[in-house]
Amino acid sequence: MNTQQLTESRLDPATAVVDEICPAGEPWVKEIQAGQTFRIVDLEGNQAVDTLFFNAHHALERYSATDTIRRQNQLYLTTGSRLYSNCGNVMLTIVADTCGRHDTLGGACSAESNTVRYALEKYPMHSCRDNFLHALAHDPLCEQRGMSKRDLPSNINFFMNVPVTENGRLEFDDGISAPGKYVELRAEMDIIVLISNCPQLNNPCNAYNPTPIRLLVWD
Amino acid sequence: MNEQHFLWQELVPGGGHWSGIIRRGMTLRLTDIDGGANVSALLYNQEEKLERYNMADTLKSQHTFYLTKGHACHSDMGRIFCCITADTVGWHDTVCGLSDTELIRQKYGVSRYQEHRNNMHRNGLDGMLIELGKWGLGKRDIVANINFFSKVTADKSGELGFHPDNSTAGDYVDLSFEMNTLITLSTAPHPLDPADHYHPGPVNLALFATPPENATECASIAENVRARHNTHRYCLHSVKDHGGEL
Repeated sequence: MNTQQLTESRLDPATAVVDEICPAGEPWVKEIQAGQTFRIVDLEGNQAVDTLFFNAHHALERYSATDTIRRQNQLYLTTGSRLYSNCGNVMLTIVADTCGRHDTLGGACSAESNTVRYALEKYPMHSCRDNFLHALAHDPLCEQRGMSKRDLPSNINFFMNVPVTENGRLEFDDGISAPGKYVELRAEMDIIVLISNCPQLNNPCNAYNPTPIRLLVWD
Repeated sequence: MNEQHFLWQELVPGGGHWSGIIRRGMTLRLTDIDGGANVSALLYNQEEKLERYNMADTLKSQHTFYLTKGHACHSDMGRIFCCITADTVGWHDTVCGLSDTELIRQKYGVSRYQEHRNNMHRNGLDGMLIELGKWGLGKRDIVANINFFSKVTADKSGELGFHPDNSTAGDYVDLSFEMNTLITLSTAPHPLDPADHYHPGPVNLALFATPPENATECASIAENVRARHNTHRYCLHSVKDHGGEL
């Protein structure tokens, strides 16, 4: 990680139009207008924030990991990274980042993948996909758009560290985030953001202790 | 495995697209005829197409960034579509997605059907959408795909590098299916292929019954053993469809 890439924001939380806390292990959905700035704060450190973005007017257009990776020739996200949609459009740009690296590969945990990754008995544990599905079923922003499991592609994991070695090994390392680290994005189109504040307890992505996050939006 | 065991073969020209159902117990061999081919592929459960190949679950479960022999292609429901039971290539890309109209136009110019007939330029995304459309699927069902025969590595900073000589003429990869699976594929160029002219390579498809000795090729990875357990349990519900073989 190149610490020189860290970029702080000058925005004052006192002027934010949205300032909310999402507790550990819960989903969060919000509409963000083009031109608004959106910040996610890792309040207590090492908290994976599983995040998806959709075009607010046409949810068929959504964040695409493969477009984001291949159009920038780059696996990790930090200041200056553009988040591309499956239609090749820039949805958001990262304008500030005090963490330095965010993951595009690790996806979301689910009851089913927990049985594969850890043990068959882990099925009942809470997971990010359960959060996503709960939000899709209950949140009016998702419900109005007729969204379902079909609309869940590979997500971003903000504050998560998944280094890839040159010989192709993929590791889940201890987080490089810390209390108060944040990432800030400028919306380039009207978007719906869908977050699962990750409840995973079986690996170090949340330092074995999922914690709340703070979400802010500025005009 | 030689040709006399093949139940069928089909040649997909470079830039083309294909889809079909491959059943549990069958192996699909993809062969790069001329070298340098690319096969973008997606996998869906034939019975419930909402269950689909999942890049993240595949990579996380096996702690890998690429696929080769001994790896399995995982679904988003904790099951295995297929195991890679033979591979003369050694590295298949999992993260770079599909080429699209704009990319092919920028790199290679416009080549329409009207002037070039079936030598027209085609791209990965449109090939995939056409095949998905045949099964009632579409854009919502496109997720991160596999690019067989293509190698892309990442350096320490995460910058990607495409390796042009990864696959040579005659190289092949065997996919041994554990579920009845819809596979959709495109042989259009890999999005990061730096070739300065449009010449995607043809790929031969061949199907044969999976030899019993290949059944446990992926089982050296504990995560795959658990995913196979989940897969077998799922198949119990339709035991008649699988001739009672579990």
